[in-house]
Amino acid sequence: MSRWIRFVGWLFTSLTGLCCLMILAMVVIILGDILVHGAPGLSWEFVSAEPRVGMTEGGIFPAIFGTVALVLLMTAAVVPLGVATAIYLHEYAAQDSRVVHLVRLALQNLAGVPAIVFGLFGLGFFVQFAGGGLDALFFGGRLAFGQPCILWAALTLAVLTLPTVVVATEESLRAVPKSYREAAYSMGATRWQVMRRVVLPQSVGGMLTGAILAISRGAGEVAPIMFTGAAYYLPYLPKKLNDQFMELGYHIYVMTTQSPDVEATLPILYSTVLVLLLVTFGLNFTAVIVRSRIRRRLRQT
Amino acid sequence: MSSLPPAAEDLFLRPRSVLLERIVEWTIRSSAFVVIAALVLIFVFVGKEALPILTSSAVHEEVDLVRMVAPLESGGFSWQPVSTVPKYSLLPLFLGTLKVTLVALLFAIPVALGAAIFTSEFAPQGIREVLKPVVELLAGIPSVVVGFFALMVLATWLQDAFGLLLRLNAITAGLGLAVAVIPIVYTVAEDALTAVPQVFRDGSFALGANRWQTAWRVVLPAAMPGVFAACVLGAGRAFGETMIVLMSSGNAPTVSLDPTESFRSFSATIAAELGEAVHGGPHYHVLFFLGAFLFVVTFGLNLAGHWYVGRLRDKMQGKSRLASRGGGR
Repeated sequence: MSRWIRFVGWLFTSLTGLCCLMILAMVVIILGDILVHGAPGLSWEFVSAEPRVGMTEGGIFPAIFGTVALVLLMTAAVVPLGVATAIYLHEYAAQDSRVVHLVRLALQNLAGVPAIVFGLFGLGFFVQFAGGGLDALFFGGRLAFGQPCILWAALTLAVLTLPTVVVATEESLRAVPKSYREAAYSMGATRWQVMRRVVLPQSVGGMLTGAILAISRGAGEVAPIMFTGAAYYLPYLPKKLNDQFMELGYHIYVMTTQSPDVEATLPILYSTVLVLLLVTFGLNFTAVIVRSRIRRRLRQT
Repeated sequence: MSSLPPAAEDLFLRPRSVLLERIVEWTIRSSAFVVIAALVLIFVFVGKEALPILTSSAVHEEVDLVRMVAPLESGGFSWQPVSTVPKYSLLPLFLGTLKVTLVALLFAIPVALGAAIFTSEFAPQGIREVLKPVVELLAGIPSVVVGFFALMVLATWLQDAFGLLLRLNAITAGLGLAVAVIPIVYTVAEDALTAVPQVFRDGSFALGANRWQTAWRVVLPAAMPGVFAACVLGAGRAFGETMIVLMSSGNAPTVSLDPTESFRSFSATIAAELGEAVHGGPHYHVLFFLGAFLFVVTFGLNLAGHWYVGRLRDKMQGKSRLASRGGGR
């Protein structure tokens, strides 16, 4: 009997251990395959040149430029809003209030909305409603903002990444010891003074983490920007807010599924995937380091 | 006052500061409402374009709710929105979504739960600290990259290994989808298992149970609401994921539950067809209708998932539901 119990225990432990190994194997296989096939094609020319000969030669500079411009615009929109929301939730609102409960519920559900629904929302709200409204008000009905463009794509991504920023910022606000606030209040500081001089300087790391994670997430999303501004191929770079743009993820999608000769583009495709992974993982890695520092401080307090 | 250093001087309240205080507080409060507004706006603006399916008589000449569900006059069910007589049966899309979600969950849930049990109950600290970043790495792979991998590499491997007729089928797409689902299930389940207090385990060990008996009979039942939440949230993700399925499903709207056949899901249909649908036409409204449906279903699944997470927290803290809402600090 006791041997039987020990055997089942051993089986159970090794089966669950095998599950861990499978997850590890997935990561290694996916990343390894892309690294092995993508690395030979990487060069300075690849990241700095324009695509040529129906994208079977040349580089992907316009897609990289478009991605960077897109996520910068997105960050400018999502970080102030996300940080302000986190400050509200953690510092301004009464913790038991119905509004706080509602905001948290909204954030949780926002994080679970499928990416393609964000795409539909961006098209319906930003492009047609907001863009169409701007055109009617300021451009006399001429088409300026009532079309898919980089501004609307960035704002759509900003809504998508909002929960990420709020969660990261709130975590860093929590890491600021309560006694700091009490000390500042006892000296007669007002709420905003306590925020600006004491709490926010202490939680810059968390805001940074939130921004980086949001960028890393935003740079990899394709479904929300398909109908709100991304283009397959453009001979020019986006210069105005209402220009369309090329983007790495969308570029990968189109080249994979709609290229007439996939075999010929495959090496370039692999290198493009590798560049996208390097961008997102580079950012993620930075965020993990910043966050682990915050967590260490959280444990100390 | 002028003798004070400038920073200290600022700490005294002046009328200007009172005004500033009001403006800041107003800004911060309103930004919190933007979050709620965003969710409401998503529902309103996707719903607005979906509504003509129910109300507009112009749309009803081509499609209505009954024709989307009932069999066609010519018999059978088919999704052919751009043929001369457009057909909008939802059954092929429903079966496609169902089978890919099932394949993904059948693979992802056991693996993720197994790994979560291993890391929280058996693994030494070192392995735990390796596996967490690995799962974050997996979660950080953009879905378009997973789709690319499933289409280019996984499909060929599976075809060679099992001698499948079609490269792109529900097994390929389901396994690809599992890559996106595993991190969610793992994270939520692992949180739930580690939230079980150590005294539960100590008590079980003291009664002579070994580690797996403790894990299986004590820890897992205690963490059940959280484990269930993990599965529900994973299902929500699988149901709504677009790019992976779009790239590796073959996109053929077949009426079949056979996982070795190509299929087409709700989300992939929107992504593939919205670009070509005439703005404001029946096809356009049908696609928004599918979007609204996706939104409502995933919203329900998320709500259920987070409700179970809340229940677990209450259970572990042994508090009434009202008292535990204080959270946050």
